[in-house]
Formats: sequence, structure tokens, C-alpha cells
Amino acid sequence: MHKKDQPLIFELSKKGRTGYSLTELDVPEVDLSTLAPEGFIRSSAPELPEVAELDIMRHYTALSKRNHGVDSGFYPLGSCTMKYNPKVNEAVARYAGFAHIHPLQEASSVQGALELMYDLQEHLVEITGMDEVTLQPAAGAHGEWTGLMMIRAFHEANGDLNRTKVIVPDSAHGTNPASATVAGFETITVKSNEDGLVDLDDLKRVVGDDTAALMLTNPNTLGLFEENILEMAAIIHGAGGKLYYDGANLNAVLSKARPGDMGFDVVHLNLHKTFTGPHGGGGPGSGPVGVKADLIPFLPKPVLVKNGDQFEFEYNRPQSIGRVKPYYGNFGINVRAYTYIRSMGPDGLKAVSENAVINANYMMRRLAPHFDLPFDRHCKHEFVLSGKRQKKLGVRTLDIAKRLLDFGYHPPTIYFPLNVEECMMIEPTETESKETLDSFIEAMIQIAKEVEETPEVVQEAPHTTIIGRLDETKAARQPILRYQKKEAVEV
Amino acid sequence: MNHRYLPMTEQDQKEMLQAIGVQAVDELFSDIPEKVRFQGELAIKPAKSESALTRELMQLAAKNADTKQYISFLGAGVYDHYMPTIVDHVISRSEFYTAYTPYQPEISQGELQAIFEFQTMICELTGMDVANSSMYDGGTSFAEAAMLAAGQTRRKKVLVSEAVHPESRAVLETYAAGQHIEVVTVPQTNGITDLTVLKGLLSDDVAAVMVQYPNFFGQIERLDEIEALAHDVKSMFVVSSNPLALGALTPPGDFGADIVVGDAQPFGIPQGYGGPHCGYFAVTKKLMRKVPGRLVGETTDDEGQRGYVLTLQAREQHIRRDKATSNICSNQALNALAASVAMTALGKKGITEIARQNFQKAHYAKQQLKAAGFEVIQHGYTFNEFVIKLNKPIKEMNELLLEQGIIGGYDLGRDYEELSQHMLIAVTEQRTKEDIDTLVKELSEHA
Repeated sequence: MHKKDQPLIFELSKKGRTGYSLTELDVPEVDLSTLAPEGFIRSSAPELPEVAELDIMRHYTALSKRNHGVDSGFYPLGSCTMKYNPKVNEAVARYAGFAHIHPLQEASSVQGALELMYDLQEHLVEITGMDEVTLQPAAGAHGEWTGLMMIRAFHEANGDLNRTKVIVPDSAHGTNPASATVAGFETITVKSNEDGLVDLDDLKRVVGDDTAALMLTNPNTLGLFEENILEMAAIIHGAGGKLYYDGANLNAVLSKARPGDMGFDVVHLNLHKTFTGPHGGGGPGSGPVGVKADLIPFLPKPVLVKNGDQFEFEYNRPQSIGRVKPYYGNFGINVRAYTYIRSMGPDGLKAVSENAVINANYMMRRLAPHFDLPFDRHCKHEFVLSGKRQKKLGVRTLDIAKRLLDFGYHPPTIYFPLNVEECMMIEPTETESKETLDSFIEAMIQIAKEVEETPEVVQEAPHTTIIGRLDETKAARQPILRYQKKEAVEV
Repeated sequence: MNHRYLPMTEQDQKEMLQAIGVQAVDELFSDIPEKVRFQGELAIKPAKSESALTRELMQLAAKNADTKQYISFLGAGVYDHYMPTIVDHVISRSEFYTAYTPYQPEISQGELQAIFEFQTMICELTGMDVANSSMYDGGTSFAEAAMLAAGQTRRKKVLVSEAVHPESRAVLETYAAGQHIEVVTVPQTNGITDLTVLKGLLSDDVAAVMVQYPNFFGQIERLDEIEALAHDVKSMFVVSSNPLALGALTPPGDFGADIVVGDAQPFGIPQGYGGPHCGYFAVTKKLMRKVPGRLVGETTDDEGQRGYVLTLQAREQHIRRDKATSNICSNQALNALAASVAMTALGKKGITEIARQNFQKAHYAKQQLKAAGFEVIQHGYTFNEFVIKLNKPIKEMNELLLEQGIIGGYDLGRDYEELSQHMLIAVTEQRTKEDIDTLVKELSEHA
């Protein structure tokens, strides 16, 4: 690919060009300065670009070509569930009756939206095995924090004021400890054992009457099912704590094992992962939270209820943790997830997890001879490899990831989880064909061979991208976080 | 099973299971203890074909009164504005919407550059030095601003104007409870923050003074006076702002704000029943390393070519884990892109024009209502919203208006006990003179 800089939209700007179309003002005009206090009308216009519509379209089309999405190619980014984003979801979310309604309209004028939300909640209740679901949280981390705030409120309501600690495995997503902190808890780490599972002895050691909750992903971030889950639940519940399920990896167990049946008290889901709301280049997501009966009083308010055949919001919830977001959640993403669930049905969702798990195990077995496999057992929807062997030859996992770019792939998640050296975490998802998996496997095998024969090819990768490896240290040391006109920076 | 999203054939499955070394799929799930293994079938609705499902969902959507068919005067934080057609075309490019967070910069330059441009536009509008790549929405970014201020000043109390959006204040209360931060409400009088009371509440234990501009009632707060009061006690000055209004209003940065937050929904993002929208978060240079969320910075590659990366990541949850000050991970990247495209389409001239039209049309509506005998509640100046008092419950009036094809204003009694029978009316550039005259006529007829 030819290396070429794409100018910033500001650099394409030319005084006098416009890209908008507004109706002429059709009411009598008054002097603007009479409509605001003195000094409150802006003296100079903000420097937004001045470009015509075609220039805008070409600019963003050029940018889109400099971006890799699931539709561009394979994207086996572990724990992110980069599956196909169905186009019908996008179409439905854009129906005027969903996209162009206001959150503060009277409930009677948005019954269709409320019915959809209510039915989505019911579906998620059944899929997770919980008793009630809120759609309010905007993303996974937001859901984690919401769930933890509810757990806190639950303990406080019981007069149990000393439960200040949340236990998190060393393999947990970074958001888990961060959410615990923001919810006002202290994080305690529990170790994994040599099988990659939570070490029960260590769990018994750290649990106590100050335990508010254990946060767990199951299958965990190594792609392994925590098979001692019932023992763990007994330990936590025995100590008076609650069990929190991070739903990031739910794609592995749809219709196979429900968090509610495993003993979890609170669950968050990432609708932008398992349920195909697209990732959007980093968001928006949606992070509904499901709870067991004893936590229902603490759900964020308002709560959507059905009275006869009318849907409405209930605000009178004295024990609620309050609002976690204005309005009722990322409705547009919820519409997409609902469309997906209704497209799959019970058999479809079951096949999703089965095929995701087959794909992951197939790749793991075929790659095992060429890389280190730290945990040699059946994985669920994802697995981890270690680049230890390659590192001894002077090639880091980062280099392998960069070399994959030359083959047109998005690399796996790397250096996570933290408890595996030179980690590569691979999640193929169920929407990829065997041919795609085989091609990726061949590329990985070729790279492993290159590491042995021509390591510099890997070390110096990527070779074919529109830009080389970027200087991240420079970016952090001398931060340039916005465009400035050239005259302004040359001081 | 055959499904258009599942490419695995029976033959594929057979070959793959063989390569794995198992006889049947179930063996791969044998690590799930018998007791927790789900038996049977999920009791959810059966799958529908694409055509059958879209027919059903279109009917469901049609049960809602949408602003494509109804004339809306409802704002209160979410607005019906001009949406350049080009916006949806850009964000429908699936290289953008099917991508993850740009952690591999070599193949994510498009997204990174678009965010860098977004950050620049937000800085331009707010008059601030640094803006992040987006937050969930205006409400949560408002709450995060309080958290930042409390951390930075090591103080545990924030003063919040009652004229800030009630739902943003409610979100702040929830966040503050998690961090043991005290939230004190500064009352409003005639729809504007009561500065006399504010003065009395200020002391050197206040982390932040938080106001909205224009405020929830549409009024233009005296940022100059509030800034002086806040900084007098070395408290942070936080302003939540409708960025579209900043096309005409002097930006909060020029008044010395430390943190400016808000929602970019007015720029090309549909109302969407309240989400997803697009929070923004802007600060002074001094607070650059304390900003929550992702930041994109410019740098160069090994050959000196300009490029963009996620930067200053040491602030973030995936690095700092329990030491992080914010847990935000996913943000609203695609909506930040939408807002960027809309801001670009408007450009320097259009942003001024659209803000001017909002001012003028709301002013016209206010004058017409006054002339028709309605009481307008107002202390000072307003942007595109204002409050009128009616002689019947707002809910009742809105039901009557809806029959005439009008979505009426917001019922302030829902949040302010003393303001029952008060309606907050929004008039954007989308409303024509005829729309406004119709509203005045209908309100008069039912008054």
C-alpha cells in the first residue's frame, strides 16, 4: 500500500465554502446583541472547517479506507467478540418511530418503544436466568459500576456497613477493579491456579466479613470455564457477599449455562458484543444489568412496568440507587440487540455459542504445535497462546501482532490477561467461516516460521500498511491533542 | 443449523470436531458442571425471517409519535435539529461502525484522525485547550466532571445549580454517593441560579461550582460573575453547555471555566428516545492528564510521517486498574464521528447561522405567546428555550396538542414541585413561523 498523508479536514478548509443547507430565517429578526447580556455574544466564530459537501464525503471516505472493521476482514480480538454486525439491525434502528422520538414524550405516545424495551428485558431475563433487568447503563463498565452500586446499597440496607472490599481475579478485565474503585470499594486480587482458574484456597484466604462481592467472568479471560463456580458461589455467599457476573464473555455459553443458575446475583451484558450492536470504533455500547429478586428494590430508576396493556415508567422506588444515566439507556443499541435476538431465536442462540466454541477450539488445536499453549484443555469461545518460544528468538508478541497486519488481519488482543507471558488472546466468533479460520491459521504458522528463519521480517513489521509503527512515547511526552493553524504553533 | 449469520456447514463441523479430537459438540462443554448446565430450550420468541421481523418492528415503530410526522416543541436537553443527510452516509461506512477501539493505530488511522478532528472542534466551540474523544452523554460527563474536580482539589463537596438538567443532577447524585462526595443544590429563582445564595454557600471546602449554559430553563447564566465566585475560594468552575448554542454565545473557556461538558446530540445525532447520544469533556491544559476517557494525539511513524495514536493512556482503567479515577472504557466514538460530520457540514458560517436562528425563532415564539396573553417566566436572557405558565396541567395540554400533530413542551412539574403547570418550550431552527403560529393558536384555544 502506498504511504500517503490524509490532510486534516481543517487543512482542506477554504474561506467562503459551505456544506450546509438551512431554511432562510422566516421570522422578524431582532438585533442579536439585544438577546444576550453584554459580552455574551461570541466575538469571533469558532474555527470549524469551511468545505463543500463533496469534499466532506471524500475526506471521510478516505478516512474510512484507512480503517479496519469486521466488514474489512477477520478481527479475532479476544474478549471483544468482533462478530458480524447484521445490516437489518442498522435499518431497524433508523426507523423514524425509533430514531426520531424524544425521551420526554408522554408514555402514551411512545408505547411501541416501551413495548420493545420491555420485551428485550424479558428476553434478557430468560437468557441470563436472572429475575429482572435494567437497560439503563450505557456500556459494560457502566453496567459494572451500576451493579456494584446496587450491591453496596443492598449491604447498607441490611445494616452491613463494613463490606468495603470487592474481590477480583488477577485475570480480570481492567474495568472490574476500576469500577469497584469508582463505586467506593477497595479491590482485593485473588490468584489464578496453574490450570488458569480461580485458586479456591486463595479465595478462601481473601474472603471475609468485609467482602462485598466477587466479580467474575465465566468463561474467564483465558477462555476457560470456571468449573468450580458452585464452590466459589458457596464460599462468597457463605461469607455474606454477592456474586457479580461480567458478561463480556457470554457469547460462549448462550443456552449452555446461565449466570443466574451458576449462583450469580448481578450480571451485566455487553449488547455491543454478544448481541451485535456494533462497536462503532469504540462505542456506543449498551450494558444492561440483571439481578436476582433480593436486589430488585435497588435497580436504577425509573423502572419500566406494564400496567394492563400499557407500559410506563415507575419513579417511586425508595431504595433505588438512583439514576445512572439520563433517560433510559442507549435505546438505539438496544433496538439493534433486540432485532438480533429475534432474528436468532432459541435455536439460533444455542448454535451461536456452539459454533463460537468449535471455532475457537479448532484454531487452538491447529496453532498449538507452533506456539506455546499455556492451558491445554478445551477452551470456550476464546483461547490464549503465549509467544514465549518466539521471544527467546528475539521476536515479541507485539511484533507478531504487527506482522499480522501485513496479511490483512486485525491482530488478537495482546499482553492480556496479565497472568500469561507474551499473551495472545484469540476469539474467532461464530460468524467466521472455516476458510477464514484456515487462512488465518496459515498466516500464523508462516509467521512462526519467519520468526525462526527471517526474524527481521517480523520485527520490522508492518510492511504494507499506510503508516509504520507510530512513536507513542513522543505522543505522550509532547502531547498534540488538537489541530492548530500552522502560524500558531511556530513559536 | 442453517442461519445467514452462521457459516458453519455440517461438513465443516465434522472436520473441525475431528481436528479438535472430539466426537460431538457437547464434549467441548463438558467442563460446565452438570448442576449448572442449562437443559432444554430458552423460553424466548422463535426466530423470524428478515421480512417477517422487519414488518413486525415497523408496526411497532409506527406506534410511536415521531418528530418526522409531528411538530415538536420538546427540548429539555434533547433537540430536533437539522441533520445533514451526509452524516448518516458517513457513519454507515462499515469500516467505521464495525471497528473496535483503535488500539492498532496502523489500521485505525481513519478513526483516530476523525477523533482528533472531533477533539479540535469541541475545543473550538468551548474555548478550551483539550477535549477527549467522547463520553456516554451529557449527564454522565457532568458527573465525571465533579469526580475530577473532587480528586484535583481534594475536597468533598460540590455546589450544583438547580437550573442544571434534573437528570444530569440525578446522575451526579448517584456517582457522588459512590465517592462519598456531598452534593449541595444552589436554588434557582425565576429560572436562573440564585447568586446570592451561591455566595453564601461558598467556602474553601467546595471542590466545584457547577452550572449549565444555557441552563435547563433556557436562560443564559452570568458565567462572568459565577467564575469570580468559584475561583475566589479556589474551587473548580464547571460548565455544562449545549455546544450548538456556542455558535453564538461566548464560550465558557473565555469566562475561565476549568471543565466544560455537555452533549453533542444537537449535531447530527437523532433524539433516539434518549440515546445513544454523545457526551463531550473539555478542560484547560492544566487538567490534561486528569481527563477521563480516551485521548487521541498526533505523532509520527518511523519514517517521520504524521499519524495518530491513543495517548496518555496511563490515566485509563486498562492500565491503572483500581488506581484509575474513571472506569469509562467504551465511549460514543461513532456518535462523535456523526457530530464531527455535522459540525463540518455546518462549518464556521453555518454554526453561527444555526445558533442565530435558534435565538431568533425562540424569541419570536416568546413574543407571540406574550402577545397572546401567556405569562413567560424569565429572569434574564434565553437561547432557544423558555418557560410559560398555563392554567391547566401540562400533561393534559400535551394530549390536546398531540391530537393536533404537535408534541408540546416539557412538563416542569415533573422535576420542580413549584412549577406544576409550567411548560418548557424549545424552538429550534427546524420550526417555521407557521409551526410557531400554530402552537400559539392551539395553546390559546385550549388555555
